[in-house]
Amino acid sequence: MIKHLTCIACPNGCQLEVDEAGGHVIKVTGNKCEKGAAYARQEVEDPTRILTSTVLAKGLELKLVPVRTSQPIPKARLFEGIAAIRELKLGRPVKAGEIIVKNFLGLAADLIAARTVHLPE
Amino acid sequence: MYDVLIVGGGVTGTAIARELSRYRLKLALLEKEVELAFGVSKSNSGIIHPGTQNPPGSLKGKLCVEGNRLTKKLAKELGVDYKEVGELIVIFSEDDRPRLLKIKADAEKLGVTGLRIVGRDWLLEHEPNINPEVLAALFAPTAGIISPYRWVYDQAENAAGNGVEILTSHKVIGIGKEAGRFDVSVAGGKVFSARFVVNCAGLCADEIAGMAGITGITIKPRKGEEFILDKKREYISNHLLFPLPAPTSKGVLVIKTSDGNPMIGPTAEEVADKEDLSTSDDGLKQVLESVKKLIPAVNENDIIAYFAGLRPVAGDDFIIRHEDKVPGLINVAGIQSPGLTAAPAIALLVAGLLKKNGLGLRKKFFFHRFRAKTVHLFSLLVTRISPLIRKDPAYGDIVCRCELVSAKEVREAVRRGARTLDGIKFRTRAQAGRCHGGFCTTRIMKIMAEELNLPMTAITKRGKGSELIKEERT
Amino acid sequence: MTARDSRLVTRDLVVVGGGPAGLAAALAAGKAGVKDILLLERDQYLGGILNQCIHPGFGLHRYKEDLTGPEFADRLIRETIDLPGLEISLKSFVVKLTGGRIVTYLKPGLMAEVKARALIMATGCRERTREMIHIAGTRPAGIYPAGLAQKLINIEGLLPGREVVIIGSGDIGLIMARRFTLEGAKVKAVIEIQKGSRGLVRNVVQCLEDFGIPLYLRHRVALIHGRDRVEKVTVENLDSGARFELSCDTVLVSVGLIQENELLEMAGAALQGLNLTSLPGVFVCGNAYKVYDLVDTVARDSEQAGQMAAEYLRK
Repeated sequence: MIKHLTCIACPNGCQLEVDEAGGHVIKVTGNKCEKGAAYARQEVEDPTRILTSTVLAKGLELKLVPVRTSQPIPKARLFEGIAAIRELKLGRPVKAGEIIVKNFLGLAADLIAARTVHLPE
Repeated sequence: MYDVLIVGGGVTGTAIARELSRYRLKLALLEKEVELAFGVSKSNSGIIHPGTQNPPGSLKGKLCVEGNRLTKKLAKELGVDYKEVGELIVIFSEDDRPRLLKIKADAEKLGVTGLRIVGRDWLLEHEPNINPEVLAALFAPTAGIISPYRWVYDQAENAAGNGVEILTSHKVIGIGKEAGRFDVSVAGGKVFSARFVVNCAGLCADEIAGMAGITGITIKPRKGEEFILDKKREYISNHLLFPLPAPTSKGVLVIKTSDGNPMIGPTAEEVADKEDLSTSDDGLKQVLESVKKLIPAVNENDIIAYFAGLRPVAGDDFIIRHEDKVPGLINVAGIQSPGLTAAPAIALLVAGLLKKNGLGLRKKFFFHRFRAKTVHLFSLLVTRISPLIRKDPAYGDIVCRCELVSAKEVREAVRRGARTLDGIKFRTRAQAGRCHGGFCTTRIMKIMAEELNLPMTAITKRGKGSELIKEERT
Repeated sequence: MTARDSRLVTRDLVVVGGGPAGLAAALAAGKAGVKDILLLERDQYLGGILNQCIHPGFGLHRYKEDLTGPEFADRLIRETIDLPGLEISLKSFVVKLTGGRIVTYLKPGLMAEVKARALIMATGCRERTREMIHIAGTRPAGIYPAGLAQKLINIEGLLPGREVVIIGSGDIGLIMARRFTLEGAKVKAVIEIQKGSRGLVRNVVQCLEDFGIPLYLRHRVALIHGRDRVEKVTVENLDSGARFELSCDTVLVSVGLIQENELLEMAGAALQGLNLTSLPGVFVCGNAYKVYDLVDTVARDSEQAGQMAAEYLRK
């Protein structure tokens, strides 16, 4: 099966044609460089994204604490991740980079705070 | 039982309320919208006309000239900024000179003072941006500018201070008459009884008259689109600039406003729908084309806002009369331009009609004629701001950066009756600047939610149905 | 110096704006030896617009990591905040600037005037509005500049709409298409007048294609409908003139940014070359100088502004 992708490895934005079978890449064309082939392989075989959102804070100086996954997670699980984040509430001050949920969704990635949030003055 | 019920909370209704509030009367004003001035008045240009636009013999002409004088006095009493900037009706061809002279002669008949014809040299000196092809102009020094909404709010506030009940979100849906008494029903079930009803319901004046049994009035909305320029262009003109008037309207003007932003427009277009407030690509094109004849330097990119308003047209002249067929009913209809100017004169006329038809007007012992001026940082010199902040720190907490509005002013506006974001804008100018609320909307909403004890999802732009937020995370 | 000036508090360097540009400029000036810096920030936090840009894609050059906006801000703040001689004044809004570098600012409870020996303006930019592109129609609730919607969702936890049409395919518009979708709203379309998206390819892919959001190129929103709240928009194909309607409760306007240089205008200063103005000792950096694509570049160029100010003060 042929899949069409736009390469995002650089601003060139090559239009890739990926010949794929059963989730495995057979051949990539349209790429101007090797990065394109690697991108196509990743995107077809295991597409991942960094998920960012916000966690509701309770009793902190801000209403929301921005959060992110420490690594990209499978694209197919983004909405599941969002739903899980919506369930969370944070009542303690955090520093940017601090882990909020270890092994988020049972994955290797952690959910971490993206901003330092104190108690209200 | 009320002595008088005033239906309609625009400039006419509030002027009448304020005028009647000096007498020992039980008064209420009923407004269908969530705030005052949300109908015809909110899209007014803010011009206090000198009396050069309407012929002698018309009610409009007479009340305009009288209203011009009264406004000046009343604005002082009520602490509203009124600037007498003067107007110029300009011509570009000798062929137009006879019509210009006729306007001058007519206006003089009406009692307009200070009129004179000025020539090209005078114009080029006093209006450096005017089209150099200009030939002459009629200069009317008594033309002024005022903020139409603040004018309404401040009159209403003074009327309320003098005992008038100002009731918003009170839409009149029926008027019954029996035994010398009106029973006025409002949506939601309440009924107000009164000896007299004054109908100044703007676009709905025909419907209100109909409810009371008067069928001869028809209000035809005439739409006008106006475009507001950046405050940086405040001095693109030094006077109000008018072309020679056309039969249906004054034409497209360059308007100075009391907020500083110049305004260009309006268009004039008959529409069927009393709620049609849409603007159009054509309207913009038409306004730009016309206005560039007056001031070629007007630039489309200076437009920061636009809106459409509807003029409540009921024939050529105002209709202001006691209905002998329905004793006790006074109709004040068709109050389009120069309605803002004429309002205080209309109020006096209506008081006279009420008296003539049996309402006793006895003056109150205590009438609060004066009202303390509302503080607007934008109208103060920087040096005057410092003592204010020392008195109340919240004056130093700036919410709207384009127009310089503090948290204190926003809070104060809510306490004075603002219930919507538009109401805050009209009162304080927050969100009215070049960023259009991009920076201050959230802060204003928070202050409103706090003051009114409402969830953010209940904050509206201009009343029910115009909520800004669909869902709040809690 | 006039008698009035001599009564004023004088500071070596005043930086107006505590976003990435102002922070980077103050940092570089401090490192270059300026020992007395006043940084004025109108908000209650440093970091500026980065705080609401919770998506990744920041810092690849400066920190060699893919950071979110708040993380980038956090690092820059931590680098800057302990500079000796740096005073940070939050909730401080500058109302007046003179050609003689006298800065008047307000904060709760205080109006202050300070004379700056050198001045760096890092006042950022604002969004172009629906009004500036003259979209006809009604003016109901539900029309938001994209950045305001971003603030409502990411800072305030408020969802402004459920069915969204986005005007303009610049990066903010694209990022907000994803944000609304992740928050459970339906993004009906992104409408772009040009032949291609104005945003980064990465954002077209990850914000639109990932979620199957249609991008209409060479189209414009001709009319907005709705009395109280947005009800629909009329979309026009710019090539054929054909029109169709999309029902929605929200219109997001993402049609570019404008530098906020009203204070410089007030002082009579014109922009000249990188970080320079026509007034000696008055510098400008970040989005106030020009609208940048990448915050990394903002930080780099703004550091240069800090160095230029330090250089000026040494003379």
